[in-house]
Amino acid sequence: MNSKNEPLFNIVRRDDMNRRKAWCIRGLAIVIALLLCAVITMVVTGDNPISVYASMINGAFGSARKSWVTFQNLAILLIISLALTPAFRMRFWNCGGEGQVLIGGLAAAACMINLNDKLPNWLLIIVMTLASISVGALWAFIPAICKAKWNTNETLSTLMMNYIATQLVAYYVVCWESPKGSGKIGIINQNSNIGWFPELGNKYLLSIVIAIVITVFLYLYIYYSKHGYEICVVGESENTARYVGINVEKVIVRTMILSGALCGVAGLLLVAGINHTITTTIAGGQGFTAIMVSWLAKFNPLTMIFTSFLIIFLERGAGEIATVFGLNQSFSDIITGIILFFIIGCEFFINYRILFRKSKKTAVPTVGKEDE
Amino acid sequence: MKKILGLVLSMIMLVSLCACGSGNGSDENNGSAEGKTVKAGFICLHDENSTYDLNFINAAKEACDEMGIEYVIKTNIPEGQECYEAACELADAGCDYIFADSFGHEDYMIEAAKEYTDVQFCHATGTKAHTEGIENFHNAFAAIYEGRYLAGVAAGLKLNEMMSAGTITSDQAKIGYIGAYTYAEVISGYTSFFLGARSVCPTATMEVTFTGSWYDETAEKEGANKLISDGCVLISQHADSMGAPTACETAGVPNVSYNGSTVEACPNTFLVSSRINWVPYFKYSIGCVQKGEAIATDWVGTIETGSVELSDLGTACAPGTREAIDAAKAKINSGDLHVFDVSSFTVEGENLTTYMADVDTDEAYEADHEVIKDGYFNESGDGLRSAPYFDIQIDGISLLDVAY
Repeated sequence: MNSKNEPLFNIVRRDDMNRRKAWCIRGLAIVIALLLCAVITMVVTGDNPISVYASMINGAFGSARKSWVTFQNLAILLIISLALTPAFRMRFWNCGGEGQVLIGGLAAAACMINLNDKLPNWLLIIVMTLASISVGALWAFIPAICKAKWNTNETLSTLMMNYIATQLVAYYVVCWESPKGSGKIGIINQNSNIGWFPELGNKYLLSIVIAIVITVFLYLYIYYSKHGYEICVVGESENTARYVGINVEKVIVRTMILSGALCGVAGLLLVAGINHTITTTIAGGQGFTAIMVSWLAKFNPLTMIFTSFLIIFLERGAGEIATVFGLNQSFSDIITGIILFFIIGCEFFINYRILFRKSKKTAVPTVGKEDE
Repeated sequence: MKKILGLVLSMIMLVSLCACGSGNGSDENNGSAEGKTVKAGFICLHDENSTYDLNFINAAKEACDEMGIEYVIKTNIPEGQECYEAACELADAGCDYIFADSFGHEDYMIEAAKEYTDVQFCHATGTKAHTEGIENFHNAFAAIYEGRYLAGVAAGLKLNEMMSAGTITSDQAKIGYIGAYTYAEVISGYTSFFLGARSVCPTATMEVTFTGSWYDETAEKEGANKLISDGCVLISQHADSMGAPTACETAGVPNVSYNGSTVEACPNTFLVSSRINWVPYFKYSIGCVQKGEAIATDWVGTIETGSVELSDLGTACAPGTREAIDAAKAKINSGDLHVFDVSSFTVEGENLTTYMADVDTDEAYEADHEVIKDGYFNESGDGLRSAPYFDIQIDGISLLDVAY
């Protein structure tokens, strides 16, 4: 019998999906995810799922301040995601965003603490900026040069650089802690505000403006510059790149320096623009979240605005749910998890087609029928 | 395809419409017993899985329910700009009173207090209210050292019981203690606990290890196991997870807990737990806002006023523990007994007669106030500050690692 050896369904790759259809599938995935979340909310808590969603929206945009914070958080996540993107387009898996952000922040904090009475404020801010960018770049340069010279595995080396950065921050927190023994630095230069970034109208706008500038820059860099093209060729095939005369090692190192420098900018903004302190958790795992943001956007800087918005919206909304309904943070994590699962999962249906076994009788033959 | 698109869009519209519709009249059920209508906001570092935060959350609910006022509790707020944003969001949402529970929240609460001058900001365990000079920012703490001293009495009696049963000799009466940081709050805590134990068991000694975190279940468990293998026969801790108590239950080592009874998880080894009851402070400070009165810059609750409490005793306690604790408590309340009586401890073999403590926070950790008064160390004293500043290393306690 022919159908006996044929599996129930086949998974076939497809390239024919048009854009509109793809976005419909994505929209549908979000709707199904929201419906499933609604069912789970009702079953587990007995709360009205609509009011749960309402408070998610309220958490992100409930007041002017909440909206500003949402956009500020979006800006930081977007900068880190953008920073990782050139490396990813080169198929260089930079998992070290977290460490590059942290070490950039540490450099800024070090300047704020040690140079606060030695330099005029404007000069200090310039020194901080240069320090953060160059240290972030250095943190990316080390794995890049190892990859370029000795072909070491960049996933492992960038991950390990994260741990080194975290431990360095932990060490300096103990050095700079105030009061002694308390394990926290607190706000640096709280009363003098030395080394704090100036406000652009309000506390939140500066990061947003910088994020916009970086987005535009990277979009042009990736799609309209020679460097961007070289990155693309190296990513597709290193041998092709060599054949056409691209210096692959140079491209790897140069791109990673850019990647690390931009992460350094994110660290600088977190320390000098937002928190005015340094802790081991100041990056808050965003170096890893950014990997997902970048992938979801298929490494396109403009799409990344939407994917990072999605993540931040879920995060802000989830926090509000925990507050309003007195639910544990874990519940909002569950909701976020479900929604992300569907969003990532739907890409499968966009890239692949499922062909079911063609059978005139039934899809699953019974034992009796097989014996015939 | 248009059909599907239409369906998707209409569902999104439906969801968002419902969302907007129900967003309004949800929180309109407030009312107050007296004076001004007050809404309170609480900021917690972790959620109810941390014994420390649970203690605050329960107290906030109890105080607000009793006073009949509306409240909001924000959990899992890190010690960074998020705390400032959370405080501002609460103020924007109409809170007249905002409280934060973690030491590292202080600077960010101060920033918010500068911005919202008509909102009262209260902060537990902080040290800066008396020097910052911001009228609407206040610190609070409780004389938890009194509670720890009494818990120490229970521990000392347990050591005595082990000695008389012959399981340990008198020079093996070693207590282990897991602390978070080498900070005055922790030092004051373990020293008072040790002095309580030594008041009934003169040969007691203590080893202290630090985890460098207020909540690190693995490190606390490992710390307990390290101390147990080091020969400690009784464990206590000043950190917020269940790491140390559960390690003790597994090893069968008696444990004195903090922030709440762990008797359910550790029925065989739990002795007693001391905790700060925040209800009196919440009632006091929120009451001040209702009546339009000023809140004390530094507020200290004591065992006498119900701010410091001991849990019920565990079954592992030695006979006579209840009576001994009650006797010591009566002496503390009458003023006959001071926990940090300078005659009860020595520093490098000498009794202290004078000590300058770092009461005012500054970068150089400059010692600025004489704190020995009438023969005792005046912890959390009037006119000084509410948060502990006892940071002396006394004889009989050895620190295993001081990296943090």
